[in-house]
Amino acid sequence: MDTLLGESWTLSPSVALRPEPFGALAYHFGNRKLTFLKRPELVAVVRALGSSPDVGAALATAGIPAAQYPAYCAALRGLAAADMIRPLAPAEAVA
Amino acid sequence: MTIAPERPTLPATATLIQQFELGLDAPICLTWELTYACNLECAHCLSSSGRRDPRELSTQQCEAVIDELQRMQVFYVNIGGGEPTIRPDFWHLVEYAVDHQVGVKFSTNGARITPERARFLAGTGYVDVQISLDGATAEVNDYVRGPGSFDMAITALANLRDAGFTDAKISVVCTRHNIGQLDDFKALADEYGATLRLTRLRPSGRGADVWDELHPLPEQQRVLYDWLMAHGDGVLTGDSFFHLAAFGESLPGLNLCGAGRVVCLIDPIGDVYACPFAIHDEFKAGNLLSDGGFQAVWQQSPLFAELRSPQTGGACSSCTFYDSCRGGCMAAKFFTGLPLDGPDPECVQGYGESLLAGKRSVPASSQDHSKAGPTRNQPVMLTLGKRPPAKDCAESPLAGFTP
Repeated sequence: MDTLLGESWTLSPSVALRPEPFGALAYHFGNRKLTFLKRPELVAVVRALGSSPDVGAALATAGIPAAQYPAYCAALRGLAAADMIRPLAPAEAVA
Repeated sequence: MTIAPERPTLPATATLIQQFELGLDAPICLTWELTYACNLECAHCLSSSGRRDPRELSTQQCEAVIDELQRMQVFYVNIGGGEPTIRPDFWHLVEYAVDHQVGVKFSTNGARITPERARFLAGTGYVDVQISLDGATAEVNDYVRGPGSFDMAITALANLRDAGFTDAKISVVCTRHNIGQLDDFKALADEYGATLRLTRLRPSGRGADVWDELHPLPEQQRVLYDWLMAHGDGVLTGDSFFHLAAFGESLPGLNLCGAGRVVCLIDPIGDVYACPFAIHDEFKAGNLLSDGGFQAVWQQSPLFAELRSPQTGGACSSCTFYDSCRGGCMAAKFFTGLPLDGPDPECVQGYGESLLAGKRSVPASSQDHSKAGPTRNQPVMLTLGKRPPAKDCAESPLAGFTP
């Protein structure tokens, strides 16, 4: 069980998502990095993060099969490394 | 205008490159030339700039374009010209764009980057400045960009550095004369706290007139490729050297022609072209004033639909390197009179050279804003003649006259 699943994350405030046929383009206005979310499902997960208590709930909301959770956790870690998504401090987390 | 055909659905395993070839809902990299007016007359100007066009977009029209880019989520634009800072409303438009979530990188020859402007720029987030420099010495630079242009660029870089502006870009068009200066350019960039950006010389605009003389020689292409491989991500290229990928390993960045797929150009009068190197009727998708706005042109133009349809490699399809270079640059082929479905004129496997030597007709330009008469800023592309005069009397009307 990935520890990430129990953590609260959200889209960075300086990031905008632009829908594209393959998924979305994420642009970070702070570091000016452009990242491509290559699947619509990943876009749904990222969008669900902020309104879900934890990553596991966001994956469930987006309808991701449990077998694919490890792949999605890896993708989310990649986005975290580019500051596209950020951990929510406990006080900010959705109850 | 006809409605573009429906985009084919790719399998989930499709690569990003395959997705990009089918086009995006909005461009990733949009170049917007604000004016054809320029204080310089660079010999290789892509847009044949010099004089302002009376039809250039008004301030209000430019603001409307920015509003539309914001709605389309085009996150940044590359502003150029001409010399964009010549427009009296230039700084206003930069601020307007930044205030509307459209970041700006603008290209300039440095003429207007005074210490005061440099301080303003240092205080504005989200604006990037790119200074054009085509030689690491005044001798090499001024030969193509005109007398005094080297000093002008260096002064601008010094003003930016002294004002605390970090990470300006030095943009270099690679030519036969400056490939030997790549290390010097890097040193110059380091000196001014800037990032070096190298781009390819295109035979577009006035560049068509000087391309034969200026484009890097085949052995220089190798030098350039090796240098780019060695310096990797530390040097920007605008992904413009993908034709060099046929040397072996791909260079960092996108290795595909993005024209009309992820890239396009808006010219000063609102004409939309497939890419900044293709300002010609052949690659004009429409006009944002007369064709219902930029989004309509981007999403519905028949030209762009065609560029986004699956392409065949043509004469290149049997080449083992086709997957690396994808046939090279469309504009380079077009403006040298080569077939668009064949090799790039600078094909590193040598297939372009034989075509260049053969029968071809270079297309006439479809717009020219060059200044009508010579001015003091015009480059003087003269080298010492090596041929003796055809006849003695070509040198002196009295030659051979013995009274």
